[in-house]
Formats: sequence, structure tokens, C-alpha cells
Amino acid sequence: MNQKKTLLRVLRFLRPQGPLIAASLLLAAATVAMTLYIPIVTGQAVDLLLGPGRVDFAALLRLLVRAAVVAGLTGLGQWLMNLCNNHITLNTVRNLRTAAFRRLQVLPMAYLDGHSSGDTVSRIIADVDQFSDGLLMGFTQLFTGVLTIVGTIAFMLSVNVTITLVVVLVTPVSLVVAAFIARKTYDMFRLQSQTRGEQTALIDEMIGGQKVVQAFGREGAVQGQFDEINDRLTRYSLRAIFFSSITNPATRFINSLVYAGVGIVGALSVMAGRLSVGQLTMFLSYANQYTKPFNEISGVVTELQNALACAGRVFDLLDEPTEPADAPDAAAPNPGQVAGRVALERVDFSYTADKPLIEGMDLQVEPGQHIAIVGPTGCGKTTLINLLMRFYDVRGGAITVDGTDIRRIRRANLRAAYGMVLQDTWLKTATIRENIAMGRPDATDAQIEEAARLAHAHSFIRRLPQGYDTVLSGGGEMLSQGQRQLLCIARVMLCHPPMLILDEATSSIDTRTEMKIQSAFLRLMEGRTSFLVAHRLSTIREADRILVMRDGHLVEQGTHEELLERGGFYAELYNSQFAP
Amino acid sequence: MGKLFRYLRDYRKECILGPLFKLLEASFELLVPLVVAAMIDDGIASGDRGLVLRLGLLLVGLALVGLASSITAQYFAAKAAVHFAGTLRSRLFAHIQGLSFSQQDGLGSATLITRMTSDINQVQTGVNMGLRLLLRSPFIVFGALFMACTIDLRAASVFAVAIAVLCAVVFGLMLWSIPRYRRVQQNLDGLLAMTRENLAGVRVLRAFGKELEEVRAFNGQNEKLTRFSLFVGRVMALMNPVTYILINLALVVLIHTGAVRVQLGILTQGQVVALVNYMSQILVELIKMANLILTITKAWACGNRIEALLEVPLEPGGRETAPPEGPAVVFDHVGLTYRAAGGEALTDLTFTVPRGTVFGIIGGTGAGKSSVAQLIPGFYHPTAGRVLVDGLETSAWDDGALRARVGLVPQKATLFRGTIRSNLLWGNPGATEEDLLRALDMAQAADVVRSKKKGLDAPVEQGGRNFSGGQRQRLTIARALVRRPEILILDDAASALDYATDARLRRALRALEDTTVIVVSQRTASIRFADQILVLDDGKAVGLGTHETLLETCGVYREIYDSQYKKEAQP
Repeated sequence: MNQKKTLLRVLRFLRPQGPLIAASLLLAAATVAMTLYIPIVTGQAVDLLLGPGRVDFAALLRLLVRAAVVAGLTGLGQWLMNLCNNHITLNTVRNLRTAAFRRLQVLPMAYLDGHSSGDTVSRIIADVDQFSDGLLMGFTQLFTGVLTIVGTIAFMLSVNVTITLVVVLVTPVSLVVAAFIARKTYDMFRLQSQTRGEQTALIDEMIGGQKVVQAFGREGAVQGQFDEINDRLTRYSLRAIFFSSITNPATRFINSLVYAGVGIVGALSVMAGRLSVGQLTMFLSYANQYTKPFNEISGVVTELQNALACAGRVFDLLDEPTEPADAPDAAAPNPGQVAGRVALERVDFSYTADKPLIEGMDLQVEPGQHIAIVGPTGCGKTTLINLLMRFYDVRGGAITVDGTDIRRIRRANLRAAYGMVLQDTWLKTATIRENIAMGRPDATDAQIEEAARLAHAHSFIRRLPQGYDTVLSGGGEMLSQGQRQLLCIARVMLCHPPMLILDEATSSIDTRTEMKIQSAFLRLMEGRTSFLVAHRLSTIREADRILVMRDGHLVEQGTHEELLERGGFYAELYNSQFAP
Repeated sequence: MGKLFRYLRDYRKECILGPLFKLLEASFELLVPLVVAAMIDDGIASGDRGLVLRLGLLLVGLALVGLASSITAQYFAAKAAVHFAGTLRSRLFAHIQGLSFSQQDGLGSATLITRMTSDINQVQTGVNMGLRLLLRSPFIVFGALFMACTIDLRAASVFAVAIAVLCAVVFGLMLWSIPRYRRVQQNLDGLLAMTRENLAGVRVLRAFGKELEEVRAFNGQNEKLTRFSLFVGRVMALMNPVTYILINLALVVLIHTGAVRVQLGILTQGQVVALVNYMSQILVELIKMANLILTITKAWACGNRIEALLEVPLEPGGRETAPPEGPAVVFDHVGLTYRAAGGEALTDLTFTVPRGTVFGIIGGTGAGKSSVAQLIPGFYHPTAGRVLVDGLETSAWDDGALRARVGLVPQKATLFRGTIRSNLLWGNPGATEEDLLRALDMAQAADVVRSKKKGLDAPVEQGGRNFSGGQRQRLTIARALVRRPEILILDDAASALDYATDARLRRALRALEDTTVIVVSQRTASIRFADQILVLDDGKAVGLGTHETLLETCGVYREIYDSQYKKEAQP
């Protein structure tokens, strides 16, 4: 996204803050006018200091009181303006983060599977932060800056045209310099921001997998990888920061030129009697105030460059195409109304277009049937789950539930009809109670305990220091893999969905517990369409039908006995269990 | 924060030259009002156009020298700050990598990541601004005061009072804000943790249709952050207006005092103008200083958090790299209590694993199987008794040397971004193509590589998520085999493998003659052919022996075996 487009997006995003922005602008105008008025008053006061014995104290006092009152009002105006600006910035940041997070919820799984989570997090947190810093500075200073410049020129013109011309003539130089530096800086900041993202991704990955890093003694190599990125980041940062920090001295230099010019022309005018000393003081004071905004504006410009670079990354995320929305007339069956008849009709699927995975798969599942999916690892079992749950859409053919193409069913309703226990257990940072009640937040404590009891999680939960109110942090690090899985099972137990997807759910639970769970599962599966991906043949043999998959194809299907009799791939798999 | 400054040591030159050139620039700036006063009092009064022009050119000259020194200063400051941050990042990353397993458990990865990223960025900004302005601003403020004194002591007393009041206001607000900005940061950390968690659990969340609820929770935390930031911002927004009012009041008093002095003939009009100019320089600098202090306060808070992390002492490892001879692994009355855990995870374990044998560990969930596995490479040290590897206690071993002998396949199969090859080379950077293929073959992962168009050079994404669980497991097994370890530990590493693959894997492992293999599993099939089997229940050994003896003597073992075999016995 280029700079201009990003800027337009930012402005569009700011639209809801319209009234506040208007208030901020008004206050800015008022404070600038008052700020400019004070040098006039003090200039007049200085003019009264003609020499020993010639000072008019009564007039002086009047002027000074006026200056004090105006200064007070200016301060008040500034404070109110700051408040407005804070609101504008912080609200925008909040809205941006919310929008980005909301977007995450509707991005296709393909995007989330394909992008490092560290980079995404860095967009939502760090980039938005950098953006807010730039925006805050920009707001406070850009408006006042521009207004001060315009105001100063107007005030100066009203007093003396010649000197004003001196001031105005130098202005374009200042702008050219600032624009030149800004352009240079933008590229550098963009590079810096990119490299930073790269580094964050590495940090995220390595700190997450640190135990493995240490197990293999790879600290040195990882450090080397880190340092390589770090060196690049250092180089880009140095350039970005240096270029942006030239702006200030450069504009200050031009400021000084203006100041010198006003000094010379002003002094000569005073000699020629066209100007009073007080007015010269006023001009000098203006010369300072006039160019200071240029400093700030160019400072703001570089800051905004950085902010824009960051905003660009955030908007890239916001503009990522979402999953196609549910059709307006999509069916929205309640889980209770779903019978659970699932069919796959000539389904083709692949993650990347050039690598076909599942091809022409047909399958008919009657309500209440238990389907076990077996096959060597990588045969497409996980992919089938992705398709059933509509984490991914089929590329060809169709999947139907109760005769309706699942693309014509609202995703939320389709997914609610399934109870899913995945191979990678995931728990939320929340209490155990809340975790179990994830699918049914309105469940009573008794129901939650009952579900936990059925999943054989109740006894270990009770032994935890806070029982059901124990807060799980970091994905339940404090629990063993098996305990986490028991909780995931309890989570589904509570929902009683019409269809189940169990993905190797019992693989890490010891067999003693597993036996009990199996019986609980059988109870749960009663009358419910179930898809079981498991390696435990003991689980599988209870199934009504076994699908044997290999390389994305359905190679055999039938009952345990039928398949053994056939002596095909399944029989080979089954017998190998007892092979030495 | 203080101790972090040692990372600036290599940039001492930059740290001195940067501020020095800033001071030089400031000094030239301080001369400007004097030149202007001379213009008014001498040039205008005497009508000497030549003098006015010469003084004007002097102003231009001062500006030029100022520009040169300023750019030099910015360069040095940027260089010092950026390299400081770079060094600190590298150092902190190295430190984090040196943290022991139990320290990592305690700190949590979200914290570590924030320290590494946004905290260091803030510190970099703080150092950069500090080098540029920390000396310059007070110098101009007090320089202006000093120059005012040289003009008129009485008038200068107005400056002194003004500066004192301003400092009180500025620093008062600063002190108020420091702890509050810390809370803002904590709230932001919370938001970060939420985002990470959401991404990690996206499948489950979508399966439960929790998207809206997640958004609502995020909004709640986001709202909290925003509200608190607004509150802090409201108070800090007072800074500029209050300083502005104070400076202008001082100006009013100054002109009045000046007027009295002019009336008495002590001061000239030009000198009063000079005083007024100094006063406005003070205003400009004080506002800069206030903003600077804000930046530095934030940076300081971040710096303190980084320092606290750097000060977490690394647990010293042993130094021994050459062991006396001894059995591969010996557990001698070993007990283990995890940090912050209530009870023992392991209690009084004693067994010996002779070299070249296969040792199986079986037991229920939470029985302590993984704890045993993690004690062997010294990831944790026993809190009672001793663990010896090759006859040497794990705490006496040099960590690197010990781990180099061990090939561990962890329960959670983790791969890293790169290629299949780069991941396998983790096992042994010097491995040849043949070594890799042999390991892949043994790990039953050869077909994973074959299925990829680029073979060994097929890309692996972060965490290996472009591979299925089973593929990841087999690749991590291959990774451990690449190092031809003396001791191979499979920590329930075949859980995602189907029985056929698992069986082929076991057969392949049996062929490793010099390797001691430790297999942790829940399946009797995986360990029944081990030379010895340890049966764990709730951290205690309830059986030790071969499959046959255990079937006769160990009730727990028999129960596990029956649960798996009775039903699965071939028809």
C-alpha cells in the first residue's frame, strides 16, 4: 500500500472523530491567535521603555495585565485542545486494534496458517502503538503549526510588509528541505519496520520453542541467526533515525537565517523610522514562532512517515480478504435440529492449487453412524476435519449435512453442530470452569462438574489448589498433556452436539483412563454422527464403518471384520501392531 | 536501568561527542540575543548601517556553525542509541536463551517477548533523545539565566524564580506519571497476550463459535487500556499549558522590573529586549525538556524491566565435559519438586540403565514419566538424590557436553522455520546428506520428504505448522537421530503415529547397537520389548523389570496391558 493510499485510509478511519477534530481545530485557531497576540502587547510595552524617566507606567501596567489575561486564556485553550487530541488518538488506536482483532476472527484459516503469529501480533500491538505515537504528535503539532504560520504572516503583514516579505521568501526553502528529508526517511522507516517484523517473528518462534533449542544446544546458532537480523535492523535503524533527526537542525538553520534577515532589515527600518524598537522585538519574537512550526511540522512529517509505515502494515491486515461471508439466505439450523446425515460428493481439495491432495472423494454417512478414519500419518485425516468444519472450503464437489451443501449453512451453526476435540489441545487463559463451559456459557456448576466427571477430569481438578476456579495461564502449562486433553473432552461433553469430530483425542491419555473415557465417549456418541481419527484400534473397532485413507484417497471402507477379511491395507495396518 | 549503561561503554566516544556538539550548538544559540541587543543599542542608536550588517552576518555565521555541530551531534547520538539497543537486544536474547527450564516456566514467554521488542525500542528512543537533549536543554535554561545575570542581576532574579517554579511543576507531573505509565504498559501487555492466545487457539475458538465473545473480551481489555491512558493523558496534558502560563507571567513581571530599571537608567531598551529573548528561549527549551523527560521516564521504566530480566541469575551449570566411565543413566533415590508446586512430582526413584539397552517408562497421565525424561539431559535437577549420566552427576556436567550426548524427542513436536534440512541439521550441524537420509529412514520420515517437491529443502513454516502432527513427530525423531546420540530419549514421541509406523520405528531403533534408548509411552506395545520397564504411578516406582516379570508381579502394569490387549487380541 503506498503512502498516499495509507494516508487516505487513516483519514477515513478518523471520520468518526469528526466533532472532536473540529473542536480541536477551533481551539487550535483560538490559542494560536492569542499566542500571536501576546508579542504585540509585549512589543508595545517595550516601546514604552524609552529611557530614564520617560516610562509611562500607567499605560505599561494596562498592557501587562492584558498580556497576563491572554496568556491564562491561551493556557486553558491549550489544555482543552490537548484533551481533544488525546481522545482522538486513543479512540482511533482503540478502534484500529478492535478492527484488526475483529478481522482476525474472520480471516480464512489459510491466511492464519500461512502467516507467523508473531508478525500478526506485532501489527496489532507494536505497529498500532507506533502509529499512535506518530498520530498524537501529528495532531498536536500539525494543526497548530500550520495555523501559527498562517496567523503569523497575517499579523506581520498588518505591521510591516517589507519584513514580512523577507520572512515569507525563505519559507519555500524550508519546505523543500523538509520534503526531501521526509522522502528519504520514509523508505528507511519502512525497511526498519519490515526488519523489525522479521526479528519479532524469530523471537516469537525461538522463545516459544526454547526448550528444544536448549535440548539441542542450538543457543549459539540461534543467536547467530538473531544477530544477523539484529545487525541489519541496527543498520536500518541508524539510517532511519539519523535521516529523520537531520530535519530539526536543518529547519532550525533556516529559522536562524530568517531571524538574521529580520534583524538586519528590521534594524535598518528602525533607523529609517518606519518601525519602532518594540515592533522589531515583536518581529523577532514572530521570527522565532514562525519557523518553529516548520521544525515541528517536519518533525511531525518524519514521525508521521513512521506512523504511516506502521499504519500501512495494519491496514494490510485489515484489507486481507475475509472468508466469504455466509449467504444471506444461508440455513441456520439449531444443533438440536440437525439429524447428522453427512455426505461428500466428488470432493476435491488441496491447500495449494498445484498439489492435489483429496481427489474425487465420495462418502455417505447416516445419522448416528460412527465413522473411524484410519491411515498412515499424512494421509489426509486432518485435512478431512478442516473440510467438515469448513475451516477450508472444498475446491470441487460438495459436502452436505442433512442434504444441504455446507456452504449454504451459516458457519457458526454448522460448527455448533459439531463437537471437536483436536490433537493439539488448546485452553484459554481463564478458570477451569470457564474453559469447560466454553461451548455453553450458561451451564450451571452442577452441569460443569458432571461433564468433568464424565471426562474423568473431576478428580484431578478437585485436587488443584483452587479447584474449578484455578486460572489456567499460558495454555494450561501447569497441567500435563493428558490433563489438558481431559479438559478438552469435558468441554465437548457439556455441549451434547449432534455430530462429533475426535482427532486423535485420546492419544496422550494413559490407557487406564482411556478405557473409562472410551466408555464415556460411547455414551456421548450414542445416536450421534461421529468422525473419529484415532490410532487406537480398540477405539476404531467399535465404529460402524472404517474409512481407510492413504495419500488423500479413500482406499477401503467397511467394518472391522469385513476389512480384516479382505486382507488389504487395513489388515496390514492392524497386524503390524503386534509386529516386534 | 542504571546498570544497562554499561552497554553504552563501546560507544563512549559517541556518548561524549554527541552531547558536546549539542552544547556547542547551544552556546552559539545563547549568543544570539546579545548580538541582537548590540544591534538595537549600538547599531540603531548610532545609525551605523555597516555595524548592523556586520552583526547580521555574524548571526548567519553562528547559524552555520550551529547547523554543522547539530548534525554531527545527531549522528553520534543516533549511532550510540541504535548500537546500544542492538547490543542490548543481542545480549538480552542470549540471556533469555540461557534461562533454565524452571526459570522459563516462571517467566512465561509473553513477558520475554515484550522485553525483547517494545521495551528495547522505547529504551533506544530514550537514549537517543537523552543524548541529544538531556544536556542541551538544562544548558540553555541555565545558560539563559547566566546570560541574564551578566546583563542585570536584579532582573535575572525573575528568571531564577520562574525556573524554580517551572521545574517544580514539570518534575511533579513526571513523578506522578511514572507509575501510571507502567500500568498503561501492563494493560498493553495484557492485550498482547490476548492476541497471541487468540491466534494460537483459532481452530477451537471457531469450532465453538467464540469469535464474537473473543472480540468482546478484547474490546473490554482494550477499553480499559484506553480509559486509563486517557486518564493519564488528561493530567499530562496540563504540562504545556501550565508552563506556558508561568513563562508569560514571568515575562510580564520581567518587563515591569525592566521598566523600573530603565526608568532609573540602569538598563537600556536593547538590554530589556535581550532579556525578553532569553525568556522565550527558556520557554522553548523547557517544553522540549518536559517532552524529553516524558520519553526518558517511559524509557527508564522499560529499562528497569529489561534490567530486572537481565539480573535473573543464570543457574550455573557444571564444568565437567569428560566423564568417568559408568552406566548410561543412574537414578539414585531421586526426588523432584517443581518450583512453585505443592507436592513432589517424583519420589525416591532408584534404577540403573546399562549402556546400549532399551529402557521403557510407562504410567498414567501425570505419573511423572516426562519428569524422568527431562532429568536426564539436566533440564531440571533433582531436588533429592542424584541423577548420574555416564557416571557423573548431571549437575556436575557441562550442560552443552551433556546435551550433546543426548538426543531428545520431546512430547510436543516443535520444528522451526527454515527447511527440512535446516531442521535436521539441528541434531548435528556437520551431518552429511547420507546421515540425514539414514536418520529420516529410521524415523520412518523418508516419505514425508519424498512427498515434498523440494525434498530436503522443502520449506518449514514457523512451528512446522505446514506439517501434520505425525509428520512433525517423525521429523523430530529424525532430528534427534541425526546426532547419533549415546542416549536417545523418546518422550511419548510416537503418540501421533499409527501403530504400523510405530512398529517399524521400534524395529529400526532396535538396530541402534551402541545407543541407550529410553522410551516413554502409554502403550505397552511401544515398550514391551525393552530390556527393563519402569512403571510409574503418581511419581513413584510401582514396578521395574521385563514385560514378562511385570505381567506377573505388577498389578498396575497388568491392568494397563489388559486394557490394550484384551480387546485388541487378534480374532
